[in-house]
Amino acid sequence: MTDGWEVAGRRFTSRLIVGTGKYRDFEQNAAAVEASGAEIVTVAVRRVNISDPSQPLLTDHIDPKRYTYLPNTAGCFTADEAIRTLRLAREAGGWDLVKLEVLGEARTLYPDMRETLKATEILVKEGFLPMVYCVDDPIAAKQLEEAGAVAIMPLGAPIGSGLGIQNRVTIRLIVEGATVPVLVDAGVGTASDASVAMELGCDGVLMNTAIAEAKDPVRMARAMKLAVESGRLAYLAGRMGQRRYADPSSPLAGLI
Amino acid sequence: MIQDGTLSIRVNGEHRRVRAGMTVAELALELGLEPAKVAVERNLEIVPRSTLGHVMVEDGDEFEIVTFVGGG
Repeated sequence: MTDGWEVAGRRFTSRLIVGTGKYRDFEQNAAAVEASGAEIVTVAVRRVNISDPSQPLLTDHIDPKRYTYLPNTAGCFTADEAIRTLRLAREAGGWDLVKLEVLGEARTLYPDMRETLKATEILVKEGFLPMVYCVDDPIAAKQLEEAGAVAIMPLGAPIGSGLGIQNRVTIRLIVEGATVPVLVDAGVGTASDASVAMELGCDGVLMNTAIAEAKDPVRMARAMKLAVESGRLAYLAGRMGQRRYADPSSPLAGLI
Repeated sequence: MIQDGTLSIRVNGEHRRVRAGMTVAELALELGLEPAKVAVERNLEIVPRSTLGHVMVEDGDEFEIVTFVGGG
């Protein structure tokens, strides 16, 4: 059984999207991406280093022909900054599938939903296909979808916190209400967190720090690949109901 | 333009003086960059890659030249 998913008409097999930040070096980064099985990687857009233009580039280590680059707007605190960044990203890579995030404050990196919604509307008018980082709010998610977001990406917990999915109820409500893919973006700390997201019915999970800051990032990348797959399988299989008390698995009849 | 045939521009926030009469692609090469691997914004407008070889650098231009780096 091939269990793929689709965003904006593009089909992918892996439901894990990984970031490319915080790694020790490009070699480790490339090995972790490989081990994760991810087909999409997020990247940031930054000024070139003019004082040392010979420095190695991400594109030399993680091949944009093999992996779908998903340019982000990390570090942008207004719709205008985010749109400007993505226009440059589109020119640099030719990609219209992008990750929009408009941050509200540095301490929590919580999204500013007013600016996020505004940016989504403008980007859609300009022909972008924005996958949008957002709060875990089913109403905000619906508004983003109406504005043309091609995927809804609620946080599970603050970016880089590794605290895991804090509110399973809201994530589930977003999944139930959405007609576009829903991916948990941010907050995953370890493999079981990724499984939880998938068991809630999410279409995928996006993570960076959980892999990059693991003691062994390559091994954790593989753990995440398996966790996303097993969480998805468990969701499709349909979990058993929960009981308040025990129910024996062995027959009671025929006891000696 | 001042009389010595150079232009005053800003690239990624830094002031630079370059010779007059060069294209944006030539500017990128002079900075040691491969035009195919960067994106250029000139005075807040994107310079499409296909036009980098035609658009001339003008006195007072402000450029942002970016590329992809690791990020989440």
